[in-house]
Amino acid sequence: MSTIITVTSGKGGVGKTTTSASIASGLAKAGHKTVVIDFDVGLRNLDLIMNCERRVVYDFVNVINNEATLNQALIKDKHCPDLYILPASQTRDKDALTKEGVERVLNELGERFEYIVCDSPAGIEHGALMALYYADEAIVVTNPEVSSVRDSDRILGILQSKSRRAELGLDPVKEHLLLTRYNPERVEKGEMLAVNDVLDILAIPLLGVIPESKAVLTASNQGVPVIHDVESDAGQAYEDAVARLLGEDRPLRFTEVEKKGFLKRVFGGRA
Amino acid sequence: MSFWDYFRSRKESSASIAKERLQIIVAHERNTRQQPDYLPALQKELIEVISKYVPIDPNDVQVQLDKNDDCSVLELNITLPES
Repeated sequence: MSTIITVTSGKGGVGKTTTSASIASGLAKAGHKTVVIDFDVGLRNLDLIMNCERRVVYDFVNVINNEATLNQALIKDKHCPDLYILPASQTRDKDALTKEGVERVLNELGERFEYIVCDSPAGIEHGALMALYYADEAIVVTNPEVSSVRDSDRILGILQSKSRRAELGLDPVKEHLLLTRYNPERVEKGEMLAVNDVLDILAIPLLGVIPESKAVLTASNQGVPVIHDVESDAGQAYEDAVARLLGEDRPLRFTEVEKKGFLKRVFGGRA
Repeated sequence: MSFWDYFRSRKESSASIAKERLQIIVAHERNTRQQPDYLPALQKELIEVISKYVPIDPNDVQVQLDKNDDCSVLELNITLPES
């Protein structure tokens, strides 16, 4: 029995692909056979983030259309032996994803993998709906910012009404909030929504808080998911999130401002 | 908060404004989300029918569906112009 985890958000640019890459890598690092699928047909980017863009021959749509087998399309990750990537098509339009086709591919993947991570495109169009339809669990990636929080609430509404689990009246999709680009300094100054503010509004369980970090851009520059940067705050925060996803109880880190000395407190550290 | 911040104007923080705005809009959108798809069409047709007899402003017809535990109440609120 495999678990389908969809990484979604509604709003673009909040860190869905970064999260998909790191969560999938983290699950594989923990010894679970994992595949990560890029659902962003026409605008694939997961291949770049995972540094396999030059190894893409066949893609998700080819497999759906029976133009290639899964084995031909799956790309083995360079870092984790238990991780494979199924890239999106760059040329087709998003309607190439049919409900039946997606279901067939997911079933076939389910026989080989424990976790299937679906990287959703932004928006609430066909591609995003296909990415969340078969979800068992959903990671809702949210920035502490008004438009992102509102769109996340919208996506939660869609998960609760338009997913397969909702339509068939099964147990609901298990929802997780992942707050990304969090800046504790700005939260303390009252310039940014705090974790608890976002939790109050969205009212779903918290999977983790990823701090705003230079390491994320460095990682995408190099094509190494940031979770492999074990020295970095963001990498460690993703590691914690994966552990929580696997049922471990870990305290939150990187959500408080580091304590300053007396002088810095008096002068605000600006001098 | 630093020593200097203490003397600055004590305005409401932008984060708390954001939270307040979000709470309002999210609550509103959750309400409309639960409404069936036919409500806008129903409202439009009601306006057309009433307009045959009384000149009304489309904004004066409010249609709302409230769900209680075991029954739903369709509330129509039509403000007729003063004659």
